[in-house]
Amino acid sequence: MSAPVATPEAPPGLPAIPAGAHAGDRLFHGVTTAVAVAVLVVLLVMTAFLLTRAWPAVRTAGFDFLTEREWFPDAVPARFGIAALVWGTVLTSVLALAVAVPVALGSALYVTEYAPPAVGRWIGYLVDVLAAVPSVVYGLWGLLFLVPRMVPLQQFLADHLGFIPFFHNPDDIFGKSVFAVSVVLALMVLPIVAAVSREVFRQVPNDLREAALALGATRWEMVRTAVLPPSRSGVIGAVILGLGRALGETIAVALVLAATFDVNLRILRPGGNTIAANIATKFGEAGAMGRSALIASGLVLFAITLAATVAARGVIRRTARAVTGRP
Amino acid sequence: MSSPPIGMLRSGRLSAPRAVAAAGAGVALTAVAFWLTPMQGRADFLVVAYLAATAAYLLAAARLEGRRSVVDRLAAVMMVTTVGTCLLALGSVLVYTAVRGVKALDWYFLTHSMNGVGPRDDAGGAYHSIVGTLEQVLLATLMAVPSGLLVAVYLAEYGRGRLATLVRAVVDVMVGIPSIVAGLFIYAFWVLGLDRGFSGFAAAMALAILMLPIVVRSAEEMIKLVPAALREAAYALGIPRWRAILRVVLPTASAGITTGVMLAVARVTGETAPLLLTAFGFDSIQNDPFSGPQSSLPLFVFGQASSAFSNAVDRAWAGALTLIVVVLLLTVAARLVTRRNRLA
Repeated sequence: MSAPVATPEAPPGLPAIPAGAHAGDRLFHGVTTAVAVAVLVVLLVMTAFLLTRAWPAVRTAGFDFLTEREWFPDAVPARFGIAALVWGTVLTSVLALAVAVPVALGSALYVTEYAPPAVGRWIGYLVDVLAAVPSVVYGLWGLLFLVPRMVPLQQFLADHLGFIPFFHNPDDIFGKSVFAVSVVLALMVLPIVAAVSREVFRQVPNDLREAALALGATRWEMVRTAVLPPSRSGVIGAVILGLGRALGETIAVALVLAATFDVNLRILRPGGNTIAANIATKFGEAGAMGRSALIASGLVLFAITLAATVAARGVIRRTARAVTGRP
Repeated sequence: MSSPPIGMLRSGRLSAPRAVAAAGAGVALTAVAFWLTPMQGRADFLVVAYLAATAAYLLAAARLEGRRSVVDRLAAVMMVTTVGTCLLALGSVLVYTAVRGVKALDWYFLTHSMNGVGPRDDAGGAYHSIVGTLEQVLLATLMAVPSGLLVAVYLAEYGRGRLATLVRAVVDVMVGIPSIVAGLFIYAFWVLGLDRGFSGFAAAMALAILMLPIVVRSAEEMIKLVPAALREAAYALGIPRWRAILRVVLPTASAGITTGVMLAVARVTGETAPLLLTAFGFDSIQNDPFSGPQSSLPLFVFGQASSAFSNAVDRAWAGALTLIVVVLLLTVAARLVTRRNRLA
């Protein structure tokens, strides 16, 4: 599409293009390239500063930085590590996706395959509005509206499914749990996954749908055989986008969860923590070592997000090959 | 092989009245069950009645239409349910925030700061944070939009070779930067590294890091959508390439680019996490974004929400409502601009 048109060489016998035009082109090309390079350099410099600031904490904690659960970087001797934080970050994000992805895909399929076009368009607008609501508003709403109303549900799960270790709650106090915060996160992830996968489903050619229907498929069979297979890599991309948001979400978690530093699967117990929320809550009171430790934990968060993105790229490339049959 | 009689080609159909009757029977059965057994509670009734109605509806379909149709109808029911969940969640976030927010949202709230106001006092407002948000977002836009546009032009027009691949990869990575990490970047670089301290300008830089990849991505897509014929027409008239880009390509893509910019602005206006590490927050009016800590609307909401006193919580809701209104206005405006887009 953007095939650059080569500046034509002047054919013999015609006057050459004035030199000023080339100078202007060179200048413009130079300026845009310079800005692109400048963005790279600025990011590189900032990363260097980040690494320098994180280094004291990593050197002090040594290998314990990965295995220690507690967070007392300013104590003497300092004792801190990211084990509990990484666990909480991954657990809340995975739970949030488990709740959000089915709902998001269902509503995206409804909008593209089931609803009358006008209705679908309006639902699409509303989902976009949901995506635009700031995270601090979700946090406030989650803390004061949703979590109190989720207490009976959590009580119910613990009473009737408590034999599954997942839902066992020895404290018998319900409310600000990992489960509750995951539902709030799910609501923040949902519109993103729904909006992106909606666009993915729209890309499926109508021929495929019509062919399936002409062969006698019911609407659901049409969706399962004609719409879902070619959309797979796109949907994975949408889910990873949502995962990125859930991993990095700070304020909603900081507002809803009371910080604790344990590693377990009891998702109904009150307390828990994530890397991002820990940075937000501990930042104000942190001393020099504390700030260095928080910066180091932020780098770990960045690395996790990056790893998820790269892994998703690999999956997308492989499934794309499987669907199209082309390398 | 004899073909079946015409009437047999289609199985029976579950007519709409029968479907409604089946669902109604499910609800009625639930009502009886709640009357006769110790089951109770409004939420419980709604859930059980919904499940019973669905089951009765599917049973009717199974008797009249067969297995494939049951699966089809089950899928449809589940999709309607997911959409209902989405709309319910959206409705409750917006309605609850509006209902709680209007209580404390008045002219006084919009024109006073929190200077000297305690968490228990029924006074104070968000003026200082509105000023902060406006300045920070404006500065971030001034930094991110021109540079983002130039990078997009570079990628779309000249973007071949190793440098372009690198720039593309870095922009991809930037899309995935968690917002709090963007705050850490500026904190380590500007606040600590260059020892400039907290300021609205530091916050603006963190927001610019978040805006830049959105602007680059959307602008690059829009520039690529400009038909080659327009460009070629310009070249045929002897216009040099740089002028063709500035006078033909960018104006044609401007509506789409504007939409991308406005969505980026809407997104960073609601960001809280990076501001904690860069603007830090401040209770008094701070009109100068270059000196000392500054407040912002999201920080204001976060600060007030962290308090247990009801007056502070009321202020948090009022701030949240103000923030939602600003962000939604931006989003709707972006959609209206899209509608006039000649390319999409």
